[in-house]
Amino acid sequence: MPRTASKPTKKRSKPYTVTSSDTDPVPSASSKTKKSSKENDEKYKLFNKYANTSSGVIDPEGIEKLCSKLKVSHTDIKILMLAWKMKAERQGYFTKAEWRRALKALKVDTIKKLKKALPELEKEVRKPLHFADFYAYAFRYCLTDERQNCIDIETICQLLDLVLGSTFRDQVDHFVDYLKIQNDYKVITMDQWMGFYRFCNEISFPDMTNYSLELAWWPLILDNFFEWMREKQA
Amino acid sequence: MSSSQSREPITIEDGIKLIDAAVTKLTRIIEGKPEPPFLPEEYIGNYTIVYNMCIQKPPHDSSGPLYEKYGAILQAYDKLTILPSIMEKHDEYMLRELSRWWEINKIMVRWLSHFFYYLDRYYIARNGIPSLTVVGMTCFRDHVYEKVHFNVKQVVIALIHKEREGQQIDRALLKNVLDLFVQNGMGNMERYEKDFEDFFLTETNSYYSRKASRWIQEDSCPEYMIKAEESLKKEKERVSHYLHSDTEPKLVANVQTNLLVSVAKQLLEKENSGCSALLRDDKTDDLSRMYRLYHAIPEGLEPVAVAFRLHVTAEGNSLIKQAEDAATSGIVEEQVLVRKIIDLHDKYMAYVTDCFQNHTLFHKSLKEAFEIFCNKKVAGSSSAEMLATFCDNLFKKAANDKSNDDSTIESTIDNVVKLLDYISDKDLFAEFYRKKLARRLLFGKFSDDHERSILTKLKGQFGGQFTSKMEGMVTDMQLGKDQQTGFEEYLKNANTGKPKGIDFTVTVLTTGFWPSYKTSDLNLPLEMVNCIESFKAHYEIKTNHRRLMWIYSLGNCNLTARFDAKPIELIVSTYQAAVLCAFNHTERLTYQELIDQLNLSHEDLVRVLHSLSCAKYKFLKKEPASKTISKTDSFEFNSKFTDKMRRIKVPLPPVDDRKKVVEDVDKDRRYAIDASLVRIMKSRKVLPHQQLVSECVEQLSRMFKPDIKMIKKRIEDLISRDYLERDTENPNTFKYVA
Repeated sequence: MPRTASKPTKKRSKPYTVTSSDTDPVPSASSKTKKSSKENDEKYKLFNKYANTSSGVIDPEGIEKLCSKLKVSHTDIKILMLAWKMKAERQGYFTKAEWRRALKALKVDTIKKLKKALPELEKEVRKPLHFADFYAYAFRYCLTDERQNCIDIETICQLLDLVLGSTFRDQVDHFVDYLKIQNDYKVITMDQWMGFYRFCNEISFPDMTNYSLELAWWPLILDNFFEWMREKQA
Repeated sequence: MSSSQSREPITIEDGIKLIDAAVTKLTRIIEGKPEPPFLPEEYIGNYTIVYNMCIQKPPHDSSGPLYEKYGAILQAYDKLTILPSIMEKHDEYMLRELSRWWEINKIMVRWLSHFFYYLDRYYIARNGIPSLTVVGMTCFRDHVYEKVHFNVKQVVIALIHKEREGQQIDRALLKNVLDLFVQNGMGNMERYEKDFEDFFLTETNSYYSRKASRWIQEDSCPEYMIKAEESLKKEKERVSHYLHSDTEPKLVANVQTNLLVSVAKQLLEKENSGCSALLRDDKTDDLSRMYRLYHAIPEGLEPVAVAFRLHVTAEGNSLIKQAEDAATSGIVEEQVLVRKIIDLHDKYMAYVTDCFQNHTLFHKSLKEAFEIFCNKKVAGSSSAEMLATFCDNLFKKAANDKSNDDSTIESTIDNVVKLLDYISDKDLFAEFYRKKLARRLLFGKFSDDHERSILTKLKGQFGGQFTSKMEGMVTDMQLGKDQQTGFEEYLKNANTGKPKGIDFTVTVLTTGFWPSYKTSDLNLPLEMVNCIESFKAHYEIKTNHRRLMWIYSLGNCNLTARFDAKPIELIVSTYQAAVLCAFNHTERLTYQELIDQLNLSHEDLVRVLHSLSCAKYKFLKKEPASKTISKTDSFEFNSKFTDKMRRIKVPLPPVDDRKKVVEDVDKDRRYAIDASLVRIMKSRKVLPHQQLVSECVEQLSRMFKPDIKMIKKRIEDLISRDYLERDTENPNTFKYVA
């Protein structure tokens, strides 16, 4: 299973670790097994409906089918949240284990129930404690290559809109504008990605009066963004 | 005289009568009235009366009443005699009276104390009451001094004012009077201070404040300073003449504040005569005076140092501007500018050492001023580049013109090193210097002594790392000479013989020291190839594990070109020689054929062909005969060429790329910043960002001033490469990732 980027030489410490909102139920022995295996069967049946028979995973096609059944667009943030719940590792693909994990946590085993559970899921993810984690997850999810640790500007713009558009419309709009016209950076790193989230949470917008170039440390791209905004406002 | 037992006790009344009589006589004497002096018997007699009265048996022991009497006498005298006399008079006369009566009183007290001495010995000692002398002084103080001191003070101050305005006064009198004030303090300075000094200082304050306002309007800076100096001198004299020494520091501070401190700005900034003008016009005396005056004031020199710095900065800036304006077609006259800056430095350093007594504050000001304008760009050239070019020209001229004596070169070198200290982009200077040094060493004559001298000085000032590469280069040249001798020996002894009559010199450069040069795969003419091969063979014998990389772009060649008219010797670069030799075998060659044959890059070939066919000397005929080289041109040896010279040097314009140097330095800086950041974090493990940045800047300041944004970018880069990470709790702090 292709893992998200790991450094061969340097041991990478992950400051933004993925946590699940609730623990996976430990598969227990004896009596419970029968019941859980039956439940699992249901989930697997559902899984198989959408999975690609040859590869054994739900591929992008399958996800589209799933989405139409759920009556959500496959670019809807709820699908990303579902992926987060699954701890899905590869963008566009759900494995059996991931599928089971999510459905179990959501306590659903039919499409109908899943559909009902999605709004609840969204509410849960939007809680500040989970959202930071989800936000970081969203970035990693988009990394398509093992060795990659940054995402191109265009994808970032779309991702920002998707993930933060509803809560920080203003900031996202301006920042996306800026990203499109600046030339210093062609890709965005995780550090810059998280920096922007912190920016949205801490800095009042659009006045940005509490933004300090010297006192606090913001990624350089945000300093440049700040100066660009100031020029525009002048 | 008589034994106490047999005598009759003296009653108080009698005793007092006797004493009064003595006192009357005494007063007449001390007041200067005609009165015969006390005879010894009378004197002793007076003493004895008191003595007897004291030792008498009660109820006639009269120590107490006698003590009272003593006090009463003096009191009466003070109140009834002394005080009225003083109060009668005015002004100076009053002072004289006071002085006179003070002396009289002192004598009175003394004599009376002698008479009543027995009291001092027993009664007073036993009862712990004030001694006779103290009683005397206290009396005077309470009954005379307290009543008159206010008026006296007024008079004194008025007299002082008179003296300040130039009139003569009786100094001795004032000294006495003020002494009186001190003594009436009876042990401490309170009376003097409260009753006189405070008022005096207030008066002085307003006096000098008035003077200051007037003088500052009317006088020029030097004139004002002379007056200020005079005033201070006079006031100090005043102290020694009649004021108490305690007053001196307060007085001096007072005058200085009024005359120098409160008007400092106006004074120093006076147009046409202020600090700026004095510096400009070499007024060393006035400047020394200024230093002297302000040095005595705590923190007084700061405004002067500021004025100094502003002036020097302005001078420097105007030089820069002049050079900027004079720069024609973007080329700066750096020779002129650097010389002028050096002269400026010498001039103002002289001020610092002479007028300003080498004070650190002024050294600092000079440094700050130079740092401001020495880092300005002039018409696109940085100061680092200009300084490097200046050195280049200096050494080139020195090598060619032996008449220049060494000491001027040495002192210029010293100046260059000093100037470099002010330039923040030292690494940029090093890079430009290195490039030009390479040219000097390879293409021109150079003086080993001079080159070594400046490198030694640079090393002393900036460390070995700064000069290691350049020193390597100079050493290479020296070794090269030995190597060449070795090579020639080899050629003689080996059976290959001198390759086809070509004299051949090779200089081996150590790669790390020299600037990087592009290599090219030039196809050399056959004759040259033999030379190369023979050297290769020789070198392989001499050394192991060394790879030779041939840089033909740096070589040059002496060719004899046989033109129809006469043969002319041409001094050309190797590239040019290769092109010319190609025509040894063929009359005509097209551009394409030349490219194929020689394997040069288009850029290089165009440059070479241009220098040979479109420039001053046309050794090749070009078809078509346009001014530029195009790929479709064809060339022919121009046998008709001739010139009156027998030797022609054909310069190939160097591809000295300022942009490239700046790029290289930028790249090196990025590595240096990375290394510094990692080094700091490795030892500190955790550090907030501000400290990290400031430490990094400090570490690198010896070589260059790093741009904060660049540091930030490098930190972010290090984060993405997992050398550093942000602290999860505090995003403004970084942690080292082991």
